[in-house]
Amino acid sequence: MIIAEQKALTEIEDMVGPYRKILVVGCGTCMTFCSAGGPDEVGQLAEALASGNKDIVVEKSTIPRQCAVKFIDRLESKVGDYEAILSMACGNGVQAVASRFPNKPVLPALNTQFIGVEAESGIWTETCMACGDCILWRTGGICPVTRCAKGLLNGACGGASEGKCEVSKDRPCAWQEIYHALKRLNMLHYLKEKPQVKDWPIHPGRVVRQDLREVEAS
Amino acid sequence: MKSGSNLERILEGGQFAVTAEAGPPKGSSPKVIQRKGELLKLCCDALNVTDNQTAIVRMSSLSGCVLLKELGVEPVLQMVVRDRNRLALQGDILGAAALGIRNVLCLSGDHQRFGNHPAAKGVYDIDSIQFIQMVKTMRDEHRFLNGEEISGDVPFFIGAAANPFADPFEFRVTRLAKKVNAGADFIQTQGIFDVPKFVEWMKMVRDRGLHEKTHILAGLIPIKSVGMARYMRNNVSGLSVPQEIVDRMADAKDAKEEGVKICLETIEQLKEVEGIHGIHIMAVAWEDIVPRIVEEAGLMPRPVV
Repeated sequence: MIIAEQKALTEIEDMVGPYRKILVVGCGTCMTFCSAGGPDEVGQLAEALASGNKDIVVEKSTIPRQCAVKFIDRLESKVGDYEAILSMACGNGVQAVASRFPNKPVLPALNTQFIGVEAESGIWTETCMACGDCILWRTGGICPVTRCAKGLLNGACGGASEGKCEVSKDRPCAWQEIYHALKRLNMLHYLKEKPQVKDWPIHPGRVVRQDLREVEAS
Repeated sequence: MKSGSNLERILEGGQFAVTAEAGPPKGSSPKVIQRKGELLKLCCDALNVTDNQTAIVRMSSLSGCVLLKELGVEPVLQMVVRDRNRLALQGDILGAAALGIRNVLCLSGDHQRFGNHPAAKGVYDIDSIQFIQMVKTMRDEHRFLNGEEISGDVPFFIGAAANPFADPFEFRVTRLAKKVNAGADFIQTQGIFDVPKFVEWMKMVRDRGLHEKTHILAGLIPIKSVGMARYMRNNVSGLSVPQEIVDRMADAKDAKEEGVKICLETIEQLKEVEGIHGIHIMAVAWEDIVPRIVEEAGLMPRPVV
């Protein structure tokens, strides 16, 4: 899922400063699971903004996903009453809402961090950077492009020590994990392969499925 | 000859090589490199010029190499993939070839997090092993990474780093083999303090015949003080500094002398290890000691080849 963190309240207050009627919109999927922008956080943020400034009107709404037009449409009847939308979605959701309501300022309440997992209670870690060419089948199910701080395809570098990354002791060395996973899976031969250079994707990404386009056209 | 460099001629001639480091300054004066070059020119076969070492911005490695070359000192161009993508790396390789640089050391580079611009975007477009292979292809096939032809020669003696002390230990030799297969003509290792562990690693290297396919230069870091010993033990990833070394430095009446003694003892032990073809002295901020170490290690005068 996508992981985000709420911005500092002072930054959010600066953003909403020009507006007196604000609609705070939560997202019911990733942002709820990572406790950044679900119904609970929407309630807390709305309350914090209202208690900080008695002159503003803050309304709350959480839709299942802010990245799908069919759910964003549910906001249509409310949006007209508010000067700005404060989105508690990932950057993708914020943009989808902004695109759907082009005449309304849509403000991000969160900083989108990465695609990742909740590694431990209250700790999220990045696992995939959507590089467009998955090699997990030969790295024991652990992505070096994302989880190695240098993105090495032929690790581990000389900085790995006691299973930890040189960047900090709270980060495991992905290549050490890959080594142990491949050993366990009896696949260590993958580590001896000739190094291939990666084809990095061009941003912004674009996926075209001709088969689906043809079905729709006909 | 792949490059015709002095370092290559010495190593291919079966002689014991000595290299050292000449780090560029955090400034624009050529004098720092020139001073180190003059200091070290008679006691080393080539000098490595570091590339934004520990991710701290300094004068570029290529300029440092040119300054050394002007003094008649042979440089080893260190290049990290942290700061350049494949276009910049290949461009600089061609430029270095044009400027007469003949040795290159292909490195990943310390993570930018450690340096003086910790929020910099790390490039890491390709990794050090892919980089080695890319330079080899440029040299041997006159082709860029994309297969296009290069005009002119790209004569480099290609080096790589190896850290016998990083983890996983049993994997380090596999990774060395990958570097050698990618095209590493010589290897400069991480600084060695834990000789028994290094000897164990070298046995694994010999078991795979790698010592016959590449030239391994054993890395040395002269220690100046007990503080430095402790710092390296506690804070430098991938360095193994045994407690005994720290204790010797702590108990010494003259710490600098003890540091020299430890370094010389280590060289003596390393000379006996089969497959070691030279030493690489990384006397960070203590370059002045290098001539004495080389002299007292019985490695002077340097061969003229």
